[in-house]
Amino acid sequence: MAALLEVKNLVTEFPRHGAAPVKAVNDVSFSLEKGRVLGLVGESGSGKSVTGFSIMGLVDAPGRVAAGDIFFNGENLADLNAEEMRRLRGRHIAMVFQDPMMTLNPVLRIETQMTETLLAHEKMDRAEARARARDALGMVGIPSPEERLSAYPHEFSGGMRQRVAIAIALLHSPELIIADEPTTALDVTIQAQIISEFQRLAEERDTAVIWITHDLAIVSRLADDIAVMYAGRLVETGPVAQVLTDPRHHYTRGLMDSVPSQNTRGALLKQIPGMTPSPANLPSGCSFHTRCGGADGLCTKLPPEIWEGERSYRCVHPLGARALDAITGEAVS
Amino acid sequence: MVTSIIRRFIQALFVIVAMTVIVFLAVNVIGNPVDILINPDANQAERARVIAEYGLDQPLWRQYIDFLAGLLRGDFGNSFVYGRSALQVILERFPATLELALSALVIALVVGLPLGLYAGLRPRSVASRIIMSGSILGFSLPTFWVGLMFILLFSVQLGWLPSNGRGETVEILGMRWSFLTEDGLRHLFLPALNLALFKTSLVLRLTRAGVQEVLPQDYIKFARAKGLSERRIISVHVLKNLMIPVVTIVGLEFGSLIAFSVVTESIFAWPGMGKLIIDSINLLDRPVIVAYLMMMVLIFVGLNFIVDLCYTLLDPRVRLDAKR
Repeated sequence: MAALLEVKNLVTEFPRHGAAPVKAVNDVSFSLEKGRVLGLVGESGSGKSVTGFSIMGLVDAPGRVAAGDIFFNGENLADLNAEEMRRLRGRHIAMVFQDPMMTLNPVLRIETQMTETLLAHEKMDRAEARARARDALGMVGIPSPEERLSAYPHEFSGGMRQRVAIAIALLHSPELIIADEPTTALDVTIQAQIISEFQRLAEERDTAVIWITHDLAIVSRLADDIAVMYAGRLVETGPVAQVLTDPRHHYTRGLMDSVPSQNTRGALLKQIPGMTPSPANLPSGCSFHTRCGGADGLCTKLPPEIWEGERSYRCVHPLGARALDAITGEAVS
Repeated sequence: MVTSIIRRFIQALFVIVAMTVIVFLAVNVIGNPVDILINPDANQAERARVIAEYGLDQPLWRQYIDFLAGLLRGDFGNSFVYGRSALQVILERFPATLELALSALVIALVVGLPLGLYAGLRPRSVASRIIMSGSILGFSLPTFWVGLMFILLFSVQLGWLPSNGRGETVEILGMRWSFLTEDGLRHLFLPALNLALFKTSLVLRLTRAGVQEVLPQDYIKFARAKGLSERRIISVHVLKNLMIPVVTIVGLEFGSLIAFSVVTESIFAWPGMGKLIIDSINLLDRPVIVAYLMMMVLIFVGLNFIVDLCYTLLDPRVRLDAKR
């Protein structure tokens, strides 16, 4: 069976005045099967969100998808016109945003914001739309949904607003939901609730999810696959169980080390030295080499994508890959 | 909600009372009407009689009390010039000014909103740049000069539209209106356009700024992600947020349209209140000045009140505050 979503060599650029455009997303490829959860991980500014918006066709102008293809259900999204793209959004691919305080229109009732989503894609009368909106609110755990329908966003807490946003995303039972750090702005207890409910709802519907986050703990709990992004490129991809127990890329290792854990209580948390490079001024070759402990002269050349079973990475000095010295030896010598 | 309305109402009353003091004192400062009212040849006894007749021999506080008492009865005294009730003189002129101001407001909204919307949605297009430069002209050209140019062009050179008066009027509810007859409309058009020029630019710029503030918001992006049509996003999501500042400013500016239509009315010889007040100030017709000023206070306070009400209708967040 073909993948639900296939992103091939995606490049999304933002033009600059009098200089080469900034490649916020650079040669990114991945695919996602129906019902699978992909954790897209990276620091702020690594291009995770832009990847999500590129799939939705919602990159803010003057930014644009400059190269690459995105196939959804075997259909190349670049071939769709604006109206066809609109019909796809919300119905087949939905999105949940980071800040629930900002995603709902402050001057419109929840009912309006939910029913308009239904009416934009399906023909139905208002009463039916209202009933479906109410059921969706109940489903995401909002108490007395009937009354809450006529409330305004400011009458909800942050967690409740995010539930509303998730309810809106689920209205059409889309095949794919792109969740752009949906729990980052919430406090920890609410985070846990929302994540487990989201997980349950997605599983029930066999919905594929791209969960964009910088939190490896969430990914390890939620995702089937992981894609680690650094400075616009995917540096490592693969099944979560493999990547997070035995990372190949030094950046993945660095991210894992900077997560606090029970075992290292009292010890100083390791951190990745230096700062994320500006996307306007990236180091040549592997963009991470300026911060990498294992870097040498070879790293100034762009490493190829190395495949190892289901996983891949871009590193000439991969970690823990003793058995594969034969492959990498060629690159080293 | 009700308590907040009552509270606003009491606040408004205080404003009105404070204004009576200011208006009363200010009018007493600008000149002694006796000098104008009384024939210079009149003898001392006659002077004293006239002064007493108008109550000008009383101490100031006494005059103020009398003035307040009259106010409560809706009596501002008789105009020195017309010899009739000052309020009546003003109310006769009121429909002319109201219709001029309303027409100007309609023009400002009908022209300003769509152009501002367009300029906000396509800020880089050539048309938007032309619109924005045009609005600078609308802001900076003096009203009287534009009025004169209108007359020169449309009345003198082209002879399309009349340059003065109200033309044919129709009486409705005891007031005379021009906008219901074709001739009246032709007379109304130029002065209304002249008065609207500044406000159009204001509405236009306000709308554009609003669009540019709303468009980058997450909730607009989310609306797009929901698959809404561009039309629905603009006409509902953008416009409804946009209306909050526009209604506030337009509501308040409507008061100033009425109060400051003086220049336009003078140029187009429009027989409204603005022209009346200028004449009255020249003649030191105290009752008319006072009645006019008090009426303006009432209009401004009333508009403020209405704007507040509209505001709570448009912005649910304000409603919540009112409930507390």
